[in-house]
Amino acid sequence: MGEAVIGGALFMCAALSTLVTVGIVVVLVGETLVFFRDVPVVEFLTGTEWTPLFAEKNFGVLPLLSGSLLVAIGASVISLPIGLLTAVCLSEFASERVRGVLKPALEILAGIPTVVYGYFALTFITPLIQVLVPSTGTFNALSASIVVGIMIVPTVASLSEDAIRAVPLSLRAGALSLGATRMEVSTRVVLPAALSGIIASFILGISRAIGETMAVTIAAGALPQITANPFEAVQTMTAYIVQVSLGDTPTGTVEYRTIFAVGFALFVITLMMNLASQLFLDRYRERYQ
Amino acid sequence: MAIVHDIDTGGSTPALEAKRVSVSYGSKRAVSDVSLVVPRHRVVALIGPSGCGKSTFLRCFNRMNDLIPSATVEGEVLFHGQDLYRPEIDPVEVRRRIGMVFQKPNPFPKSIFDNVAFGPRINGFDGDLPPRVEESLRQAALWDEVSDRLDDSAYELSGGQQQRLCIARALAVRPEIVLMDEPASSLDPIATQKIEELIFELKERYTIVIVTHNMQQAARISDYTAFLYMGELIEYGPTEVIFTRPAEERTEAYVTGRFG
Ligand SMILES: Nc1ncnc2c1ncn2[C@@H]1O[C@H](COP(=O)(O)OP(=O)(O)O)[C@@H](O)[C@H]1O
Ligand SMILES: [Mg+2]
Repeated sequence: MGEAVIGGALFMCAALSTLVTVGIVVVLVGETLVFFRDVPVVEFLTGTEWTPLFAEKNFGVLPLLSGSLLVAIGASVISLPIGLLTAVCLSEFASERVRGVLKPALEILAGIPTVVYGYFALTFITPLIQVLVPSTGTFNALSASIVVGIMIVPTVASLSEDAIRAVPLSLRAGALSLGATRMEVSTRVVLPAALSGIIASFILGISRAIGETMAVTIAAGALPQITANPFEAVQTMTAYIVQVSLGDTPTGTVEYRTIFAVGFALFVITLMMNLASQLFLDRYRERYQ
Repeated sequence: MAIVHDIDTGGSTPALEAKRVSVSYGSKRAVSDVSLVVPRHRVVALIGPSGCGKSTFLRCFNRMNDLIPSATVEGEVLFHGQDLYRPEIDPVEVRRRIGMVFQKPNPFPKSIFDNVAFGPRINGFDGDLPPRVEESLRQAALWDEVSDRLDDSAYELSGGQQQRLCIARALAVRPEIVLMDEPASSLDPIATQKIEELIFELKERYTIVIVTHNMQQAARISDYTAFLYMGELIEYGPTEVIFTRPAEERTEAYVTGRFG
């Protein structure tokens, strides 16, 4: 009797989360379809101007996409190598003492609210960049990239570390018995063996960088433009959604519905990346089971 | 004290000599005061019940116990008359010259070729790799089975083939001694027989120390047999003596299958 109640409750919880997910996707897709009645898909996907809130409206999503990519690439340049090196250090070389410091530090890093990262970017990183490159604006992609990069180091590090630790000890012993140094064991056996897991962690990290919202809204600005210059302001897809959601755009208008189209595009991108990451992980699991 | 029968080293210095070797894991002693001579180009088998310290003792010969933080090794292990545990000795160099084959095949997730080439590559071999790989695979009696698919993943081989690949991989470094820890324990009888035949051929060029809990195997392939029990060496001598005329009662009980 008691068990049936618990079982029922658990089922309800599972059903609820599934329903919520389905609901979100339905709303997202529905509103996006309505949006595409007013704006041709081709214009949305290929247009190079994004000005839905102005008198002369343009609905090309590429500037937002470019803003998201610029920040994500910058963040990856920082977080992927640092995350991977941290993982290698943790799993292969660190003593128990070093691990005891590094692991909690990473967890704290992962626990900092993203809004704090945003203000850290605006009030600390940006002034620092301006000292080095005085022409940098108050809002710029670089500053956002740096904090987003720091933000996703823990993700990359902990997932890579899992992948590295999953490499069987017997492989390390095999390499050592052939006269390999610890460095050779790491670079020639362990890392190649963990490669698919490491790539999965990279993809997931980049996916998080693209989806990151708060820090880029605060630090990167609100200027949708296609640029590769990290010292300029940009607007990411996420930041645009925040701008419209919080602003006074009347609901039910095509301007308002842009956020669903952009949100849907974002959803597709991160979903694809997460799937790709899962694919790599599955391949990796197959190998050692 | 252990009973040691005549060990014929042919007048030359032995390939290896353990002198009063003890190994502890933390405060737990796993090997106690074992002294044993390994003559060149011979096969020495270490037998004894599970947990008696065979693997631990074997790992002393190529300093693999260094990798277990709690392990401490006392005594001397002489290789070319030099103690392997002297501080100035580089364990990496030791492992280049004393190879090891493990209980379970552990090929790298690389191609067959790259597995065999691994050792020569990291050890700065500057000759022609393909002949070295071929020669090693031939010595391991695997060449005929893999010569047309060297680029395939090592994981596509059967367990027995993988173990011979691991032997080829160890031989490719051209060690003087090959240590084997129950190399056939995870293999079927046919694969096991191939490994045994192989060991028989390998002693032409190499000195082999092999751990086995299979007494028939020890009897078939080894020249000398050491019986360990609870971390101690009980009896050591020519295999034929150990199996037919052991001096110690416990040895006789073990080789006749009355315990262990
Ligand atoms: N890494 C280790 N840490 C602690 N104790 C160990 C370790 N390896 C082996 N031992 C212990 O040392 C003893 C000898 O083990 P081992 O050398 O593996 O025996 P064998 O190979 O003869 O079965 C056993 O009691 C075992 O539990
Ligand atoms: Mg063992």
